[in-house]
Amino acid sequence: MRKLMPLTVLAAAAVLTACERPPMEVDQIGYRGVGMEQVTNPRLAEAKREANQVPEPLPPVSPGGPRAGDLYENVEVLGDLTIVEFNRLMTALTEWVSPDEGCNYCHVPGNFASEDIYTKVVSRRMLEMTKTINDQWHSHVGDTGVTCYTCHQGKPVPEYVWFEERGGPPQAGGMAASRRGQNLASPAVGSTSLPSDPFSAFLLGDEEIRIIPTTALPQGTNPRNIMDAEWTYGLMMHFSTSLGVNCTHCHNSRSFFSWDGSPPERTTAWHGIRMARELNQDYLVPLQPVYPDSQLGPHGDAPKLNCQTCHQGVNQPLYGVSMLQDYPELNAVSRNGPARGTAAAEADMAPAVSAVPEEGEAESADEPENSDGI
Amino acid sequence: MAEYQNIFTQVQVQTVPEAGVPLPAGSWPRTGQPVLQYWLGKIGNAQIGPIYLGFTGVAALLCGVIAFLIIGFNFWAQVNWDPLQFVRQLFWLGLEPPAPEYGLSIPPLAQGGWWLMAGFFLTLSLLLWWVRMYRRARALGMGTHVAWAFAAAIWLYLVLGFIRPLLMGSWSEAVPFGIFPHLDWTAAFSIKYGNLFYNPFHMLSIAFLYGATLLFAMHGATILAVGRYGGERELEQITDRGTASERAALFWRWTMGFNATMESIHRWAWWFAVLCPLTGGIGILLTGTVVDNWYLWGVQHGIAPAYPDVYPAMPDPAATQGVAP
Repeated sequence: MRKLMPLTVLAAAAVLTACERPPMEVDQIGYRGVGMEQVTNPRLAEAKREANQVPEPLPPVSPGGPRAGDLYENVEVLGDLTIVEFNRLMTALTEWVSPDEGCNYCHVPGNFASEDIYTKVVSRRMLEMTKTINDQWHSHVGDTGVTCYTCHQGKPVPEYVWFEERGGPPQAGGMAASRRGQNLASPAVGSTSLPSDPFSAFLLGDEEIRIIPTTALPQGTNPRNIMDAEWTYGLMMHFSTSLGVNCTHCHNSRSFFSWDGSPPERTTAWHGIRMARELNQDYLVPLQPVYPDSQLGPHGDAPKLNCQTCHQGVNQPLYGVSMLQDYPELNAVSRNGPARGTAAAEADMAPAVSAVPEEGEAESADEPENSDGI
Repeated sequence: MAEYQNIFTQVQVQTVPEAGVPLPAGSWPRTGQPVLQYWLGKIGNAQIGPIYLGFTGVAALLCGVIAFLIIGFNFWAQVNWDPLQFVRQLFWLGLEPPAPEYGLSIPPLAQGGWWLMAGFFLTLSLLLWWVRMYRRARALGMGTHVAWAFAAAIWLYLVLGFIRPLLMGSWSEAVPFGIFPHLDWTAAFSIKYGNLFYNPFHMLSIAFLYGATLLFAMHGATILAVGRYGGERELEQITDRGTASERAALFWRWTMGFNATMESIHRWAWWFAVLCPLTGGIGILLTGTVVDNWYLWGVQHGIAPAYPDVYPAMPDPAATQGVAP
């Protein structure tokens, strides 16, 4: 019995390490008494705030001067910038994306026009993507907008990207029961045992997310079942983890499906899902042939984005500070450059993606009529 | 005089173990040499064994072990037979029921067949154990209250894993085996059917759950409190009400105006405990079969009130844009 005591204490300690110690801060965010609350851990919040600080903006440059496109060779999307704007943006880009590696992370020393390094092709496409987000997805990013730093935060590859799991780590085959893509502790879905790759289904494919019947009594018309509910639940856990929020940040506590009484953030998130889906389909998946194998996922797919890529645990990335205002150069990116590798990638990825829409089509289809949701 | 007003029992009998009453003809023998354990004597009877398993007990254990092994080996297979991962992921691992496309048919082993088989043996094990409880109570000349209380729990188990999936026409609606998987399933179930808190039978079940614990605490506290007057000798107090019983009754009449009796408090507690899974099972059975969205049902029947708007009205963007959600 005496020997059992320390064991019990050890076991209890091991179990409790997964818990955060109280007290938590609870903010009421809705009508009283209906559990519309945001729970935060003040001790973790501080560390998170420090990790999501915006760097000092570079000093602005005076307008005027020759166009970069006229002076430099092989400038496809930044040709309309003046030379000083162009150089300011390049300096910022280096600081945001490859502070340790420097210019040579993308450029061949001595021949800046060369495209021998794949990262240059990727970064051009990323500049176009940034422009697309700021132009076409006001419904999600508002006036805050995004810059390279929103995702990269000083890292050549953003800290949070995802790859297809296709069932996840190996398991015994034959007649052993399939895990069906769930039932392993996965940080992607908040360490639950829910399906751990909801991204392939919902943020690349467009599987139905809505699983709750909209009539009180069964009409025999709802094909969704409890297993579909677990996939949606996995996606929602990803939202919650990525944004550092509770369900009630977006949802009416009494009825998750109902739009009545839902906080307006839900509309923002709705557009965010479509944005992530379109960016993955139009920008990130087509870059697959450009990457060396070392940058690809276990199934040879390109790195892709989800909510966490930008949000990084914060409900408004970088706490809502708009870096875009300090870098008007990003708004001068032209999106007319050829989409490199797109054709090849589309042929390659066709089975995985049900429909890869043309860039322009998808944007206009999803463009909201008003932007009150922000 | 012995004191009963303690968390731990102060008095325990340490003597030659008692073998039990003679068994009826045709019974299997009792197994195990009885021993006395001092620490168990602190929380109950110090004597361990002998145990009577009989045919139903042995068969129930056998079926239970088969179900346990099917679940355990499938868990292990799911981490590719890695013992370390098996321990690390143990709480997350699960054995899932067949996918919806299989309906109520028997799927391949890897696609839910093992789940079906584990469920079959676990159910058989529970039912055999129930028979054993019933028969042991009868053998001792007791009433069968324990067996029927156990049956209430088996009812809830059967509704979740068998009866409701039958009515829904798909095994996929049933609960997976696994620690976290079954908890995630429970939360997903409530969300899928529009918030189970608006299900009146779920409300009743919760009321009986908390009610049962409250009654248990009240009764336990009362008996311990009158232990100094022999209150723990409840059976004598039922037929020959002594000062312990009088004081306990007076205490509750003074504090809340009403008192249960030495006998009726046990009926109260038994019914509260039994009604928890009974009503819960009814609530689960109605979900998806008769009611699809409990919140909307609650709105229709006036149990989900409207609250003042605090956010700007945000219509469903999928509806306003005519885009598939």
